Amino acid sequence: MAEFTLPKNSRMTEGKTWPKPASAQRVTTFRVYRWNPDDGKNPSIDTYYVDRDDCGPMVLDALLWIKNKVDPTLTLRRSCREGICGSCSMNINGANTLACTMGIDECSDGKLVKIYPLPHMPVVKDLVPDLTTFYTQHASIEPYLKTVTPSPEKEWRQSPEDRQKLDGLYECILCACCTTSCPSYWWNGDRYLGPAALLQAYRWLIDSRDEDTGERLDRLEDPFRLYRCHTIMNCANVCPKHLNPAKAIAEIKKMMVTRQL
Amino acid sequence: MSEVRARAPGAGVEQARPLSPHLQIYRWTWTMAMSVVHRITGCALYGGTLLVVWWLVALAAGPGPYATVQWVMNSILGRLVLIGFTWALFHHMLGGIRHFIWDLGYGFEREARMNLARFTLFGSLALTVVVWVIALALA
Repeated sequence: MAEFTLPKNSRMTEGKTWPKPASAQRVTTFRVYRWNPDDGKNPSIDTYYVDRDDCGPMVLDALLWIKNKVDPTLTLRRSCREGICGSCSMNINGANTLACTMGIDECSDGKLVKIYPLPHMPVVKDLVPDLTTFYTQHASIEPYLKTVTPSPEKEWRQSPEDRQKLDGLYECILCACCTTSCPSYWWNGDRYLGPAALLQAYRWLIDSRDEDTGERLDRLEDPFRLYRCHTIMNCANVCPKHLNPAKAIAEIKKMMVTRQL
Repeated sequence: MSEVRARAPGAGVEQARPLSPHLQIYRWTWTMAMSVVHRITGCALYGGTLLVVWWLVALAAGPGPYATVQWVMNSILGRLVLIGFTWALFHHMLGGIRHFIWDLGYGFEREARMNLARFTLFGSLALTVVVWVIALALA
């Protein structure tokens, strides 16, 4: 049975309110999830005030502004700041997205932004979740070309039409926004592979060069690994690359049926 | 590799890692809400089916027991339960159609999936009203 409430050690308390920047004209309030593994306390929600005239337009700009100017202990992952590395995924005003590509005024009324780590994950510190299981599940679908025929002299060739089938699938940056937005994954994340891994599974299933299709389907044919998808669609709603894992999963389910015919 | 793992963040820390908030903070969407309601109505239909069985058994048992069922069903509370049962039936039926469309691989685009979810709610409410207007008119 799914556990709808948070365990005792995970319940959030009111945290520190940090000072307002002096003489700021335009201020946005940021309510940010904090958890420090070293102090033995429960997670808390800190309040920060960001001077918007001194800060870039994106949520990541604001978080780095806080880290640089207010509180250097605020911990988050980030790297490319342009939506290609997938590091700064987090829950912003109730939906998972990348902090670097989400505008502060886009996700809020410009007054208040609430930031939590990706949902239903073990927290390492503040906004950094432990993604070990997520990566293991991605590895489990064997996301690489598998063939039995001897390798050609130069390369495995593919027609432009077959290559086109990979569009909307190969662009995944493994940010985990989709997988951690999925209630089915929240309740059964130990056995259900989740949207990101299944989108990649489909990417290899329909690759014209791959020769492991039957075995790949065999490995997915499982009440949990594949069929815990109940088309809740949160995955497709949040994907910052505008991919559609729900559709990819439906296509896998269709492959399961059509191969029986 | 094993050395890297041994020094992973949190290793050796006695305090267990907290679970990040989920339902508590996630913004509801139409598809998410209708998925939940589909489950709830599915469970409610078990109760509704028991009412049908009760009615059938009373029908077979004779005028006395049947009058009891009729009296309960015609009370305000009984009516409310029946209206709820009607709505649950329609909502679950339309939800089933929605899932059937998705299983065929259609209706996954943003507008389509949201409209399908809205359709299950408003469609089921509309059908419930239609059925009860007809039922009360006939009665």
